Amino acid sequence: MSTQTRIIEVRQNVLKQNDILARALRQRFHEAGVFVVSMVSSPGAGKTALLERTLTLLRQQFRVAALVGDLATENDAARLARSQAPVKQILTGTVCHLEAAMVQNALEGWKLDDLDFLFIENVGNLVCPSSYDLGEDLRLVLMSVTEGEDKPLKYPTIFNSADAAVITKIDLASAVDFDATAAKRSIQAVRPGMTILEVSAKSGDGTEALLDFLQSRRTDASAMEASRDASAFAAPH
Amino acid sequence: MHELSIAMSIVDLAQEEADRRGGVQIKAVHLRLGLLSGVVKDALLSSYEMACEGTPLAGSQLVVEEVPVLVFCSHCDARRPVHSTRLFCCSECGTPTGDVVQGKELLVVGLEVEE
Repeated sequence: MSTQTRIIEVRQNVLKQNDILARALRQRFHEAGVFVVSMVSSPGAGKTALLERTLTLLRQQFRVAALVGDLATENDAARLARSQAPVKQILTGTVCHLEAAMVQNALEGWKLDDLDFLFIENVGNLVCPSSYDLGEDLRLVLMSVTEGEDKPLKYPTIFNSADAAVITKIDLASAVDFDATAAKRSIQAVRPGMTILEVSAKSGDGTEALLDFLQSRRTDASAMEASRDASAFAAPH
Repeated sequence: MHELSIAMSIVDLAQEEADRRGGVQIKAVHLRLGLLSGVVKDALLSSYEMACEGTPLAGSQLVVEEVPVLVFCSHCDARRPVHSTRLFCCSECGTPTGDVVQGKELLVVGLEVEE
């Protein structure tokens, strides 16, 4: 008896489940009128420090909250809670990135209608988070001045998946001979036209511009959503 | 390293398709993998073997077709290959562009089945 081999054509996105959940989350966020900002970076680039300052400042005018992902420990949630904003830690165990389902679970019991901004701090990792849509409106990629100006060239995928770049720890720039021009050139090489902000969570330098940026992006969230759809997953036409 | 969970999703997805078609035996899964998908081919291939263990797909092959990055170049008014993933500009005229139109794929496109 002979067997025959044939090819069945299918067309299934491997991350279909995540993408479906992320779309549903985005819909929920829009209906609730909450603008969602996610942050990605390597471990130690200063996501938590910047987020703590951002929450503290934004809280004066807006209703803000944050989810923070880590493999282990609730330390980051404890740090962020000092801002007085509602914060929830997502512990991923051994998973190196956040997925839409984790965000959905973490939001259980939260009234999104009561929020203007929701921040999602991803696990420190410049590789894996790039593949997972979390339903956010805006993805910020952070790089600190201590990391080397060519970081974007080493991790082009994550820089390409982000909407804006934030150079952090600029108070240390001269101590580490940081070449801002070279760093910006690297960012623009992998994502031409990307907005670049420079901040120091410690001194507060640049935080005002960051807040202005977040508020203006929130204001024209609908226009941004259209452009994000256009730059999101692109199937061959 | 998220390739193992991606590989497990591929196995689940392929098995669902096979079940839907009356439980055919899968010999190979064909995948289109964009160079901007954030997934590494070699890591995915070794993870796939692990993900198949103890499932009806054990012993099957993962056939990966890598998909190059294409951008839309406003100067050429056309889809063009990107110069490189470290330099997002049109490979024809050099105009910088971040408008990616292809290269993020992570798609199962075919199942080789035995009957």
